Amino acid sequence: MSESTTRTAARPTASGWLQAWLPRLVLAPSVAVSLFFVYGFMLWTFVLSLTSSRMLPSYDFVGFGQYARLMANDRWWVASTNLMVFGVLFIVICLVIGALLAILLDQKIRQEGALRTIYLYPMALSFIVTGVVWKWLLNPQLGIQAMVQSWGFESFRFDWLVNPDMAIYTLVIAAVWQASGFVMALFLAGLRGIDDSIVKAAQLDGASLPRIYWRVVMPCLRPVVFSAVMILAHIAIKSFDLVVALTGGGPGYATDLPATFMYTHAFNRAQIGLGSASAMLMLGGVLAILIPYLYSELRSRKHG
Amino acid sequence: MANVIRRQTPAARLLRVVLYGVLIVAGLFYILPLVVMLMTSIKPLSEISAGTLLSLPQNPTFEPWAKAWGEACTGMRCEGVGGYFWNSFAIVIPAVLISTTVGALNGYALTKWRFKGSELVFALMLFGCFIPFQVVLLPMAQTLGWLGLSSSRAGLILVHVVFGIAFTTLFFRNFYVGVPNELVSAAKLDGAGFFRIFWRILLPVSAPIIVVSVIWQFTQIWNDFLFGVAFSAHNTQPVTVALNNLVNTSTGVREYNVDMAAAMIAALPTLVVYVLAGKYFVRGLTAGSVKG
Repeated sequence: MSESTTRTAARPTASGWLQAWLPRLVLAPSVAVSLFFVYGFMLWTFVLSLTSSRMLPSYDFVGFGQYARLMANDRWWVASTNLMVFGVLFIVICLVIGALLAILLDQKIRQEGALRTIYLYPMALSFIVTGVVWKWLLNPQLGIQAMVQSWGFESFRFDWLVNPDMAIYTLVIAAVWQASGFVMALFLAGLRGIDDSIVKAAQLDGASLPRIYWRVVMPCLRPVVFSAVMILAHIAIKSFDLVVALTGGGPGYATDLPATFMYTHAFNRAQIGLGSASAMLMLGGVLAILIPYLYSELRSRKHG
Repeated sequence: MANVIRRQTPAARLLRVVLYGVLIVAGLFYILPLVVMLMTSIKPLSEISAGTLLSLPQNPTFEPWAKAWGEACTGMRCEGVGGYFWNSFAIVIPAVLISTTVGALNGYALTKWRFKGSELVFALMLFGCFIPFQVVLLPMAQTLGWLGLSSSRAGLILVHVVFGIAFTTLFFRNFYVGVPNELVSAAKLDGAGFFRIFWRILLPVSAPIIVVSVIWQFTQIWNDFLFGVAFSAHNTQPVTVALNNLVNTSTGVREYNVDMAAAMIAALPTLVVYVLAGKYFVRGLTAGSVKG
């Protein structure tokens, strides 16, 4: 009832109208920007992916020809396979290290704050800096290999950076170094949110500590695992800077990822159509992990 | 969940020693690259080839830092990364201020002035957080050209603002949901308008989320490489691009100490932010990625 009285009270004056529309007016530029720069650009890239554009965008349509070329392109397959290898290893190792460190840190550790700070700081760095540093550490002549050899282990080999079969794993090492502390922080927050009484009850039942963690604590952390996987997968698909700085996609194109493939073809090799097609497939990859995630988020929101 | 291992038997003590051992080894894994980078950056070149990664500098020198700042060659030019360091600031500061202001107003309008479709508007904008930026690169290049902003700082600022708004709106929206609506309704009955309510009621309680948003945007934009390399020319490049060019310049003797000094220079601002405001940095990370 009060609702209707206030509504009749507000006469349709110019200032009243302005007040009612102000929130929408404030949002309008951002909405317009989103529509144009996000949705419009996605559509635009899709259109480009259907054309024969090379050096400059042109609009003679060739259907899905660029996608067919992409599928027939060996380098694209190397990039996609690399993404699978890199993504899976990166995600799994980050989760394992992050969960372990969080559980260990959660045992009333002195200096916990300092350790946490150290574990997490790489996340503040640019992937370019990370790449530059690890390129230096992994340099066979001067880095870790040379150091271990100087300790007397002359036959020690750690030349993955220049080995086409192993270089992709150097990306995993550097990326794990950068992001695992962040996963630790997520897990730690999750652990701190678990109700102590569940654990106490399990202890009274005589469950061993590993068993408590595996059967009681980990299931409570499922949402954390889910979010972490989603973020890490996202980082993996977007990884561009790290590859550029650490391996430059090399040796040869052994460490290309779709992100670097797209950039190289669109900006350096005058293959705009092909580059656009690869960008659309990257978008598809992101959507494939994003949609189930959002779906479950929204569902749990409604139930809870 | 703390405090599960507590019994004071000898076995439990041993377990604690192992526990600390593991944690410290892990700490070394994370900290050593930074230590090596710092030590290498103050060694003369001769010491680098003679010693190993972990040998301490015998004659520490700041010459590599001076060279990285003022004379090292990035690509064709030999003027160090100093200018690019300031370029980054010139791009980051306006981009952070604009995107945070817009995000705050958006979050406020979306939570305190709900209208039909406001949730849809939010969902629509949120998508900008998730797209792989490769999908917008080519149209962006062309649009910047039309706007006359190709290879300019203003162009890069625009790009960072456009794609930052999604995140800042998310931050402020989630924060303002928690501010009681009663406060706003009362003010509305008193006849206070949109901006007045924002200024007098929302803004005074927003300090924590403003800090989170500023830190998040600062680190994101400072650390950006993709937009920087795609949309800048030699005189407008951010420091990440300059660092990459410096390290990959193939002419002359590789000066690893200068490379490491330049990497330190590029890393320092975000490291300083992290050390000074780590709590907010983490909150930004979790809020920006784990939504809600």
